[in-house]
Amino acid sequence: MHQAALLGGMIHDASHYGWKVAQPPHDWRKMAEAVQNHVKSLNWGHRVQLQDRKVKYFNFKASFVNPHMVCGVSKGGEETLLSADHIVIATGGRPRYPTHIEGALEYGITSDDIFWLKESPGKTLVVGASYVALECAGFLTGLGLDTTVMIRSVPLRAFDQQMASLVTEHMAVHGTRILRGCTPLRVERLSDGRLQVTWVDLASDKKDTGTFDTVLWAVGRVPETRGLNLEKAGVRTNPNTQKILVDAQEATSVPHIYAIGDVAEGRPELTPTAIMAGRLLAQRLCSRSSDLMDYDNVPTTVFTPLEYGCVGLSEEEAVARHGEERVEVYHAYYKPLEFVVPERDASQCYIKMVCLREPPQLVLGLHFLGPNAGEVTQGFALGIKCGASYQQVMRTVGIHPTCAEEVAKLRISKRSGLDPTVTGC
Amino acid sequence: MVKELFSSLGVDCNILELDQVDDGASVQEVLSEITNQRTVPNIFVNKVHVGGCDRTFQAHQSGLLQKLLQEDPAYDYDLIVIGGGSGGLSCAQEAAALGRRVMVLDLVVPSPQGTSWVKHNWETMTEAIQKHVGSLNWSYRRALREKAVAYVNSYGEFVEHHKIKATDGKGQETYYTAAKFVIATGERPRYLGIQGDKEYCITSDDLFSLPYCPGATLVVGASSVALECAGFLAGLGLEVTVMVRSQLLRGFDQEMAEKVASSMQQIGVRFLRKFVPVEVQQLERGSPGKLKVVAKSTEGTEMIEGLYNTVLLAIGRDSCTKKIGLEKIGVKVNEKTGKIPVNDVEQSSVPYVYAVGDVVEGKPELTPVAVQAGRLLARRLFGGRLEKCDYINAPTVVFTPLEYGCCGYAEEKAVEVYRKENLEVYHTLFWPLEWTVACRDSNTCYAKIICSKFDNDRVIGFHVLGPKAGEITQGFAAAMKCGLTKQLLDDTIGIHPTCAQDDVGVTFRMWFLRAELQYRQLSVNSCRFLPVGRCSPPWRSRSPRGWTSCRRAAEAKPLLSRSLSRCRFCEDDVLSGKPGDSVGARRRDSSSAVHPPG
Repeated sequence: MHQAALLGGMIHDASHYGWKVAQPPHDWRKMAEAVQNHVKSLNWGHRVQLQDRKVKYFNFKASFVNPHMVCGVSKGGEETLLSADHIVIATGGRPRYPTHIEGALEYGITSDDIFWLKESPGKTLVVGASYVALECAGFLTGLGLDTTVMIRSVPLRAFDQQMASLVTEHMAVHGTRILRGCTPLRVERLSDGRLQVTWVDLASDKKDTGTFDTVLWAVGRVPETRGLNLEKAGVRTNPNTQKILVDAQEATSVPHIYAIGDVAEGRPELTPTAIMAGRLLAQRLCSRSSDLMDYDNVPTTVFTPLEYGCVGLSEEEAVARHGEERVEVYHAYYKPLEFVVPERDASQCYIKMVCLREPPQLVLGLHFLGPNAGEVTQGFALGIKCGASYQQVMRTVGIHPTCAEEVAKLRISKRSGLDPTVTGC
Repeated sequence: MVKELFSSLGVDCNILELDQVDDGASVQEVLSEITNQRTVPNIFVNKVHVGGCDRTFQAHQSGLLQKLLQEDPAYDYDLIVIGGGSGGLSCAQEAAALGRRVMVLDLVVPSPQGTSWVKHNWETMTEAIQKHVGSLNWSYRRALREKAVAYVNSYGEFVEHHKIKATDGKGQETYYTAAKFVIATGERPRYLGIQGDKEYCITSDDLFSLPYCPGATLVVGASSVALECAGFLAGLGLEVTVMVRSQLLRGFDQEMAEKVASSMQQIGVRFLRKFVPVEVQQLERGSPGKLKVVAKSTEGTEMIEGLYNTVLLAIGRDSCTKKIGLEKIGVKVNEKTGKIPVNDVEQSSVPYVYAVGDVVEGKPELTPVAVQAGRLLARRLFGGRLEKCDYINAPTVVFTPLEYGCCGYAEEKAVEVYRKENLEVYHTLFWPLEWTVACRDSNTCYAKIICSKFDNDRVIGFHVLGPKAGEITQGFAAAMKCGLTKQLLDDTIGIHPTCAQDDVGVTFRMWFLRAELQYRQLSVNSCRFLPVGRCSPPWRSRSPRGWTSCRRAAEAKPLLSRSLSRCRFCEDDVLSGKPGDSVGARRRDSSSAVHPPG
């Protein structure tokens, strides 16, 4: 859907390049159908792959009976007992409903639902400051819908805060209404079917209301551990987060029971991390190797309208770990070539590389805000895995014209106080 | 060693070999008295005692040596750069930043069609493009002014050692001298040398300022310029034909070159392989007019004719070294190519004359390479630095409609240098997420890495064909510079698209399959009987430590096992006698090899 929204923007740019197009309207139904078909086909593909590898797939809800036994309940209510030497819990998480807010459950939806809506969500309020919240708000705006984001404190909490504020600044400039420091109190349905949301501004304590067609909760995710009867197996969880406690081997408090993915405590909630952890675990269990999962320097991208790709430490983390004196941050504001002809605003297109100050200046983190951030960041993540230094990155010849080459041209440090705007090519 | 240092700086040395003169020992005594140094080499620069080998290198590092050598009030400038392109400007700016007196001589000679590329005019698109180019030029000029570099819009040529003649647009001549020179004159498009080429054909120089749409176009050539132009013209809806004499994208990995060509064919570009034009006639004048091209086969006597609105020549570029007086001062130039051979510090056969950019023999013809080379050269000459330009692993991208990015060795070259048995090639087809919903083909985008077995499976070649190849390749190039190995690649987590529930984002990730070098075939459809791209994702059998060979992927193809006889989406009965292979026949024993079809 992010791609669908980006295409809208590109249609708009096209006229600058000589294409005679009027901005066409967007058909939510057509897009939703296509997306849903794709997701279904993925599910299908997974099932088939399991079949082919002779993995028995049961459509059961599982829970523990004892440390080595699991009870599976089918849709029809039939129970089956299954025992095993090793058990892996990978139940993931589900979006959280803020049940303390009146009407949240009855009238709001979550990201689980947004891709399955048959009709356009219309004027939408997105509550939350996670990447899910910002990505959803971003593409809804891009598709031409009136969208508001309500953030209680800071956007993208776990991310570099300078970058997070540039991300939201871009969204605000491009049509998303952002309400900072507010939290909803209740959601009511009006007689015409629309939703009325009442919220409070935490700083001034003033209340306000708004009318929306859809309210989307993106206030975090909860791990799916409640129905598992973990106590019967002796598996311990973090009482605050309800995530399963694991060690570096992905083992829980019970040696032969493991947990991977979003359900495990302290892991980045990312697909590829779960995939890799799962694979490595399987190899260790089959004694094929003893390699552990390395959770450091996991690259990720937030797919907001202006994408934010990052790997390694945020500036705050680097300073906290090493001290400000020992950290050097190189940065640049640049203009993607594709923004030039359509005269797009590139004010938030920004890159920074956080390094150690001591030569050869090991790269601690890279942050890239701009188009195709995922593509740009992936290769540099490899570099960081190889222990890249600032010198090595600077010695890499740039590919012209790309946005990625600007990473290899970062010369201005924050410390110098010089203007980091790139001029010329 | 010190001799080499001075030689690389272009400095004439007076060398007195003490063991070759009769009174060597007495000289040594005297030296010891004046300098307190008994050892050799003992170095003096412009009457100042520098010291021995170590002290001289230190002085070079710190810039002191440069200062001592700089006593050249005899010259107008410390550095004159001939050519104001990427390499020239970067060198000039860096030298100026290091405090030197610099001049840039820059004049673009109009092409035979009369367009110097700085002029602009062509409907909405070219107007916008030219506006951008103009603003770039303006910002370059301003940057030079700010650094107090003398920019002269004149044609420069050598008249004698250390002296050039600058001729401006009006024919006025001025003379300048400098201690050092950098040739950065670049190249211009080459013409065929056949009847009608200069009168009726255009080159890439002209295309971006053409005041009218070129219409049905014949592109002659197989370079990246040819394919890029053909590609975007086709993308703009024009009828495009590409005439290729022999190889496509010479110098590039040929497997990738062929894939680029076939991706272009998919969007309607027509290729005429193994033909060369012999004559271009104008049938009608106009904007555009109508041209007839007669071409001859390179493999026989066949002749063909074609009618086009525009003929675009992109058969290569010639170095601008013919008329700048290089022969007057003895700078060696390759007669055939016109390029200037240089050593690893960009020095020509004449010690005070250097060259950077496209004009240099044997180096990649890329803007950023020239920029880097120019900058580092200035630092070595004037900043006391020693770093040389690293031309190896300079990444490059061909901006055809489906982009091709690469860094390091082409497969053929790798096999030549390392030998097949010492290499491992990992490859994959991939299906960008943005193509899935759009129902684009799933068997087109492709990537491969070439690893050196000797060297811990270090990645020595990287090739990717797909959208945004440039953005993708840049980071990989940085990683290769840091010694990327296959293991590190495996250990790095991909930035991922889909998860069944939260399908919000998309990007490219590398999935690698082990493949014996000789088994290159890899097909990806899981639902084999469906039209490609309609429903299922390609097989990304990401191999863990015990690598799945590509054979497994081939086996996995008819993934619908016996218990599932109907494809859920197309309703085809996949087990009943569909023409072609059946499920059972494709399965092979995992220990046997899969032979590529055909």
